[in-house]
Amino acid sequence: MTLLGIGEADWTALQLTLRLALTSTALLLVLCLPLAWWLAHTQRRLKVVVEALVALPLVLPPTVIGFYLLILLGPRGAVGGTLERLGASHLAFTFTGLVIGSMIYSLPFVVQPLQNAFQAMGRRPLEVAATLRAGPLDRLVSVVLPLSRQGLLTAAVLSFAHTLGEFGVLLMIGGGIPGQTQVASIAIYSHVEAMDHAAAHRLSLFLLLMAFALLVSVYALNKRFRVVGVMS
Amino acid sequence: MSVSGALRLRRGDFQLQAELALPERGVTALFGRSGSGKTTLLRCLAGLERGDGWLTVNGCRWQDRDHFLPVHRRPLGYVFQEASLFPHLRVRDNLRYGYRRVEASQRRVDFDETVRLLGVEALLSRYPQALSGGQRQRVAIARALLASPRLLLMDEPMASLDVASKAEILPYLERLHAHLEIPVVYVSHAIEEVARLADHMVLLEAGSVLAAGPLHELLVRSDLPLSHADNAAAVLETRVEGYDADRQLVALTCGAGRLWVSREAAPPGKRLRLSIRASDVVISLTPPQDSSVLNCLPARVAEISDDPHPGHRLVRLAVDDGQMLLSRIAHDACQRLALQPGQAVYAQLRGRALS
Repeated sequence: MTLLGIGEADWTALQLTLRLALTSTALLLVLCLPLAWWLAHTQRRLKVVVEALVALPLVLPPTVIGFYLLILLGPRGAVGGTLERLGASHLAFTFTGLVIGSMIYSLPFVVQPLQNAFQAMGRRPLEVAATLRAGPLDRLVSVVLPLSRQGLLTAAVLSFAHTLGEFGVLLMIGGGIPGQTQVASIAIYSHVEAMDHAAAHRLSLFLLLMAFALLVSVYALNKRFRVVGVMS
Repeated sequence: MSVSGALRLRRGDFQLQAELALPERGVTALFGRSGSGKTTLLRCLAGLERGDGWLTVNGCRWQDRDHFLPVHRRPLGYVFQEASLFPHLRVRDNLRYGYRRVEASQRRVDFDETVRLLGVEALLSRYPQALSGGQRQRVAIARALLASPRLLLMDEPMASLDVASKAEILPYLERLHAHLEIPVVYVSHAIEEVARLADHMVLLEAGSVLAAGPLHELLVRSDLPLSHADNAAAVLETRVEGYDADRQLVALTCGAGRLWVSREAAPPGKRLRLSIRASDVVISLTPPQDSSVLNCLPARVAEISDDPHPGHRLVRLAVDDGQMLLSRIAHDACQRLALQPGQAVYAQLRGRALS
């Protein structure tokens, strides 16, 4: 079946890409909330080390991250090997492996906007909420999340878009197995290698338009929901 | 005593060490210069800072050696120096934030009444960004009250306001003072504000309590720095007696004496507090017959003490019902009149003292 001239295998790759981007973005947002909060408010010296670790994926070649992950998650690695011994299977060339890889690769794009939003907010709104009887979880939902809405949106979009475009890490950890770990960016590369420029073109154009539409809608939303970041 | 405790907190070089026993009703001012630990102490009372020691409010343990009630479980209201309204909520939802988190059976204030008391009815559907400084602070006060507090803590609520906004908000604070039946702790470094609003005072210096007690006593104690400041003043509690429409003056009774004040008519029996500066009180030995001064109270010299200015002396005068006045007079005038403790004199109050 072809739709818009894009073949079935390529649709599968696109689907996989979307599923990967959504999964890793959702998991990252949940995990990075406490991490970014800690970074925004801690006074400890350990903070600079953690900040450097978080920023590392920005400067490392994706192949380096992919390589270490492949070793770590593979059948003889610390994580993969342990899983094998426990009767489970290792994570190299699996969807789970892809999720872990893209999460690590997108980590700074989620942590940094959240950290900035939390720093701009300060502790005051939480203190106010506490004096008005709001417990910790209540404060998170009623104050922190709404006040850092812009940061959350930025983090989610950057993570999503970044995973759409990711190639090196996913090729290393996933191997680009069609139907299993071959995401759209790798499918495009395979088409080019196979000299099928027309198929590469169609898939590329589709990704380009999708990314553009995504960014346009985000900027439009951001304008509508502009919230003054500081307390008044 | 409704609020009592002993709290200690160390922050770098600063050490707070305060014992407290606040009365059940009325406004207690935490007074001291900046850096004396006023705000820190207030934050310790709220649980926003965690010091050592213990604290009991209305018979409930809020803190002791192995127990610390978290802020959100303490039935208090807190007004911050900057109004700190939630920018993502309209005024109505800011007000309802604390209100709806208190169980209906525990609520002790009426929403509409509180909104009226603070005069914020017209602002309900606005966002905080569209309010003036004074309006924001009024909303913040209403929001704190709507959480049905058993203790209201206010951290210099007027410090970040301009003169016009201060003048706008003061009448509301005075109205609160008359309405509230819970203890209020009010942090301030402005003595004029304290003289207008407080009944009791805790004087802080470098993290320790220098003195605590009724406001009118502390203001005139010669062993405390307050009575020696340039703007030293005593407060007189008076009652409205009547209004003379011809002369446009309000008559006030103060002990056996009567004072005439030019201000708008007030209902007879209403309590009115006057703050009278030491530099506005003149002493004479005989009742003045030929003076332009309108007001004169019979008094007795209670104490004569040195003033930081060597040319001046500070005289404490007892008006007949036990209230005190301060008078700062020239050293040589004091000798000329041969003032002695116990002596009967007349305290003339300059016109501006009562404006």
